[in-house]
Amino acid sequence: MIAESGHYALVLALALALIQSIVPIVGARWRDAALMNVARSTALAQLLFVAASFAALVTLHVTSDFSVANVFENSHSLKPLLYKITGVWGNHEGSMLLWVSILALFGGLVAAFGNNLPLSLRAHVLAVQAWVASAFYLFILITSNPFLRIANPPIEGRDLNPVLQDIGLAVHPPMLYLGYVGFSISFSFAVAALLEGRIDAAWARWVRPWTLMAWIFLTLGIAMGSYWAYYELGWGGWWFWDPVENASLMPWLAGTALLHSALVMEKRNALKVWTVLLSILTFSLSLLGTFLVRSGVLTSVHAFATDPTRGVFILLILFVFIGGSLSLYAWRAPALKQGGLFAPISREGALVLNNLLLTTACATVFIGTLYPLALEVLTGEKISVGAPFFNFTFAPLFVPLLLAVPFGPLLAWKRGDLLGAAQRLMVAGIVALVAIAVVFAWTYGGATLAPLAIGLAAFVIMGALCDLAERIALFRIPLSLSLRRARGLPRATWGTVFAHAGLGVALIGIVCETTWNSEYIGSMKPDDVAKVAGYELRLDGLNPRQGPNFREMVAQFTVTRDGEKVSVMTPSKRNFTTRGASTTEAALLTRGASQLYISLGDTSADGAIAVRIYHKPLVLMIWWGPVLMAFGGMLSLSDRRLRVGAPKPAKAAARALQAAE
Amino acid sequence: MTRKQRRLTLIGCALVVLAIAAGLVLNALRDSIVFFSTPSMVAEKHLGPGKRFRLGGLVEQGSLKRGDNLAVTFTVGDGGAMLPVAYKGILPDLFREGQGVVAEGALDADGVFRADTVLAKHDETYMPKDVADALKKQGHWKDDYGAKPNSMPSASAAPTQGAMR
Repeated sequence: MIAESGHYALVLALALALIQSIVPIVGARWRDAALMNVARSTALAQLLFVAASFAALVTLHVTSDFSVANVFENSHSLKPLLYKITGVWGNHEGSMLLWVSILALFGGLVAAFGNNLPLSLRAHVLAVQAWVASAFYLFILITSNPFLRIANPPIEGRDLNPVLQDIGLAVHPPMLYLGYVGFSISFSFAVAALLEGRIDAAWARWVRPWTLMAWIFLTLGIAMGSYWAYYELGWGGWWFWDPVENASLMPWLAGTALLHSALVMEKRNALKVWTVLLSILTFSLSLLGTFLVRSGVLTSVHAFATDPTRGVFILLILFVFIGGSLSLYAWRAPALKQGGLFAPISREGALVLNNLLLTTACATVFIGTLYPLALEVLTGEKISVGAPFFNFTFAPLFVPLLLAVPFGPLLAWKRGDLLGAAQRLMVAGIVALVAIAVVFAWTYGGATLAPLAIGLAAFVIMGALCDLAERIALFRIPLSLSLRRARGLPRATWGTVFAHAGLGVALIGIVCETTWNSEYIGSMKPDDVAKVAGYELRLDGLNPRQGPNFREMVAQFTVTRDGEKVSVMTPSKRNFTTRGASTTEAALLTRGASQLYISLGDTSADGAIAVRIYHKPLVLMIWWGPVLMAFGGMLSLSDRRLRVGAPKPAKAAARALQAAE
Repeated sequence: MTRKQRRLTLIGCALVVLAIAAGLVLNALRDSIVFFSTPSMVAEKHLGPGKRFRLGGLVEQGSLKRGDNLAVTFTVGDGGAMLPVAYKGILPDLFREGQGVVAEGALDADGVFRADTVLAKHDETYMPKDVADALKKQGHWKDDYGAKPNSMPSASAAPTQGAMR
């Protein structure tokens, strides 16, 4: 009964989406307010029905109703409750349902909080949103229905893929989807602007918070996914340049560019046409990511199933939306009025450079990801494009970008003073040089590029702080006055400081982890001692243990440093009986920002176990960086100036802000 | 500067960045891509020592030998030819004799494939997609390679990925 209700709710949501696709557009043509307002109520109702459908699927999983094929294939009655819930989106059908639920959620948010949008713009935006939604409802109902029943219900399920039975599954996919799908809003706004043939700075002010929100979620989602891969896959890597990871990185790069170009458009009414194009491209890359992951053209942990009809269907959606929106762009964009003028050396110029480098970097990732697929389709030859390709293309493009990051916020709008900005960055430059010298001396004879990269990271972090110091006139006026100025700074400025500094923090982590990582691989018997990076790890013993739906072999290590006991680490090897699959549960010991990492291999006949131990210096900074960036984004999002419809600050306050800037 | 000059500066910068990026991409595509081969293809193409490639095929039954300090050797075959592989390290969770495997590395002077990475990138049928396609093309595919442990009609395989370097 629950499965049928969920299915029915999904069909109703499709019907509502179809109404929402057509009626508001007709209303906008006829200038009929009542018809345009249909968009609002259908968007909210659609959200209600999708939510009901999603809740139905969750209920089925929680109650272990194995008469539903989706539950049978991905659940087990002994699975812990958390994984019963997260298992809902740990499979193809369920994750597509999550995708449309989030799409409907964003549509509902625009409907609920878009009261001060011009009526026709809101109607258009919600209609475009409904086009996307209809396509994906059809996709689910035709090719990936999660509510199908099995004729002869089995007693027990086949259990969830053990790699996915982890808390990471609770966080990573929803976050990532909130990011991916969040960009649908800027896409809908862009298409609506093209349909209406009108676009202005106010448009950018509406789009920017939505883009920022999606960007925050995507940043956290990617970082979370990377950390999950790091501890779950058992060999200590955190980024593999796997096509599936690239699929999430591309929208992030384009979305980051979009955030910055929307800023230019909002403040200076320039780069309009480009911003619209970027909005379309960003969501197109999200759709492409969905295609890559869901169609099964790539075999990886993310492709839950390989079914050609699904691939063809998503490819069709991809062509219709990307092709359609780009054609619309080619047709209507020339009609959009060109915006303001600016000198090449200016804040706008810096943001253009940012866009240029980010989109180019995105293009190299695009080529590296799709070239093997294209080559296989065209010539049948199989190649793999791995980390070296991206290190040689992506990294050189990011170096000038990072060098330019501190300059951007210090340049004035319209016409900037590069020499002045350079003078104000003197401190950052000196700190960077000192950092290079210190690291070089410390690791003398080691890698030569690493100290330079650390210096670059120091420059980015100090550059962000220099910008802040400049704005509050630190050390030039009394400290109490500086602090008052700091409190008066717009939150968006603080956001920029945190986000830019986060970039440098992540870079330090990446460089340290890849350059000064030490490892020990060998087979150990009880009471053997391994020495890694000054730590001594003694294998105390191996103990079998029974978990809810698995059996595991737990190894206990005592970690000492200079004769003092630090901690005990217990990595394990799990065997999932239902699927006959085993996973490696690594043990992590955090010391500051560094980590010790142990994962287990096979046990040999003589009782020795293969062990892999890493010491990863400052590895946690890789993820602190994105968290800082996301925090900066949240600060910026909470800025009252970004909140659409927030009353303008009083004149006096505005003047104080200007003085502070 | 006039509007036109500014626009030209902008377009000039964009072209420079794009040209650099194109150069980097072409250079990297020449040097850092890795081709996929099965043992028969290795024999046909006469791949020389030192050239990196990905070797895919089936681990021959009874060929896995463990040496000292995690050194392992095994033989990869595709029904047509066989190639000895040497690897040092921990094999992935899903590595089994008689199942598919993909290893990355290069041949040494003695014709032994020195793998530095063994990928276990496949689903419950223990058959990597690349390997399955190659075997099908060479006519060595047997249907029971693809047979699922639990043959429910609607059961879909959930691939797992793991890689050991």
